[in-house]
Amino acid sequence: MKLTSDEQDMLDGKHGKAIRKSMEILTTLGEIFEAECMVDVGSVQIAGVSYTNLGEAGLEFLSDMAEDGKVKVLTTLNPAGMDRENWKALGINEEFAKNQVRVIDAFAKMGIITTCSCTPYFIGNVPHFGQHIAWAESSAVCYANSVIGARTNREGGPSALASALTGKTPKYGYHLDENRQGQVSIKVKAQVRGTDEFGVLGKAIGDRLINLGKNVPFITGIPSATVEELKSFCASIATYGGTALFHMEGITPESDRYPKPEGNVLEVNQKDLEKARSELVDVCPEVDFVSVGCPHASISEIEKIAGLLKGKKVKKEFWITTARPIKKIADEAGYSKIIEDAGAKFAADTCCVVAPIKGRFKGMLVDSAKACYYGRASNKFKVRIGTVEECVEEATK
Amino acid sequence: MKLKGRRIYRGVAEGEAIVTKDGISFYGGVDPDTGKVVEVGHELEGQSITGKILVFPMGKGSTVGSYTLYRMKKNNTAPAAIVNKQIDTIIAVGCIISEIPCVDKIDVNEIKSGQRLFVNGSEGTVEVR
Repeated sequence: MKLTSDEQDMLDGKHGKAIRKSMEILTTLGEIFEAECMVDVGSVQIAGVSYTNLGEAGLEFLSDMAEDGKVKVLTTLNPAGMDRENWKALGINEEFAKNQVRVIDAFAKMGIITTCSCTPYFIGNVPHFGQHIAWAESSAVCYANSVIGARTNREGGPSALASALTGKTPKYGYHLDENRQGQVSIKVKAQVRGTDEFGVLGKAIGDRLINLGKNVPFITGIPSATVEELKSFCASIATYGGTALFHMEGITPESDRYPKPEGNVLEVNQKDLEKARSELVDVCPEVDFVSVGCPHASISEIEKIAGLLKGKKVKKEFWITTARPIKKIADEAGYSKIIEDAGAKFAADTCCVVAPIKGRFKGMLVDSAKACYYGRASNKFKVRIGTVEECVEEATK
Repeated sequence: MKLKGRRIYRGVAEGEAIVTKDGISFYGGVDPDTGKVVEVGHELEGQSITGKILVFPMGKGSTVGSYTLYRMKKNNTAPAAIVNKQIDTIIAVGCIISEIPCVDKIDVNEIKSGQRLFVNGSEGTVEVR
């Protein structure tokens, strides 16, 4: 790999320990993936924030890096294991809270904005078309690449941090034109509406891509989609297909930039969607937990929930997970009061995937296909996917 | 016999080989406190990798695995070196942050458990002694 003299100095330790370690990570990855050089990044999103996933070892690594490491570009954080203000009401124990605060403090010491959200693109970390970035958080990676047209690989926690401290990432994978072309055409022959259904579609396509061993789908047959529907789709196709980039004709900005994929066009029809949906519904005698906001809810989604909840009373644990700045907008718009008067709870900074709630509930109803996957795998819940309307209805039943 | 591979992380280590044909997920698959493989049904289930030269085809599983290797290093339960057929991001980053010598592009079928190995991470070589 060719390094500039400045990059070589970083690797040689002339800018301190944390930068040296960061450059070791980046040059090694660059060599493994045969990058020719580094590229400057415009922003970073870091995953691996919940103390549940990091443990003492991860925290120790972050504390070591924070000794002399400071970020060079705008860097934001993934959700933490708890709402930083409202954790007690959400049943998080004191010891976990203490450790979670230690993690966030270590990030803050490095100059990272401690937003704790999986939707950085809603709250000020917004790259422009074509910009190189280094993001972790698979759903945000997919959104940034596909919906915005920025360029990032799927980074892990340490490699994203390394990019934050150096402002660099090795130029391979999705940073290069040749890897951004569609590899397989998929025609959707069904009407798809709502965050839940776009999640179901993401699973239907993602499962197919895994079987085919293809990475970048070129999708046709979707006449329109909201930002929230795309957000849900990104989370799902990344979860089930490992997808970091898709093109959607007429919707995403690079969909007409490259030649169309050769070969057969695969169809996804109503039956395929029904099958995918049935795989997101467990036999579940009792729903005792409802959660909306995976990925984190937008202000429009919160407005909609407030409208549906107005004047009603919630009878089950009902979380609305979102970024704290979005919650503040909801406070000012009066939505929070309606939602909280109904007995539902905001869980800002966190979500039903990373909070330490393993085994706490029996059955979870969500509008997110991604939340179904992790609800089962990490938290051992029975899960069911439904529309936002069904979520509110179940919570108030 | 000296096998030539690719340098992933610098440093040298000598020790007993522990070889598996299975992939290894450090997150969830290895207990960082005991250094034992705990993945149910894994070829090395129940065996300790501490202080050994761990030889396997490729890593698998969650990216949190890099932090697990770091934790093992701090607990003194880490392997002395890692030899892979093909490196993946999780193992590479884990070795870098934990400073564990690591080499890939080695035909791992050439190595048997119990053999004495000398790994030179800086040169990218594995010597069977």
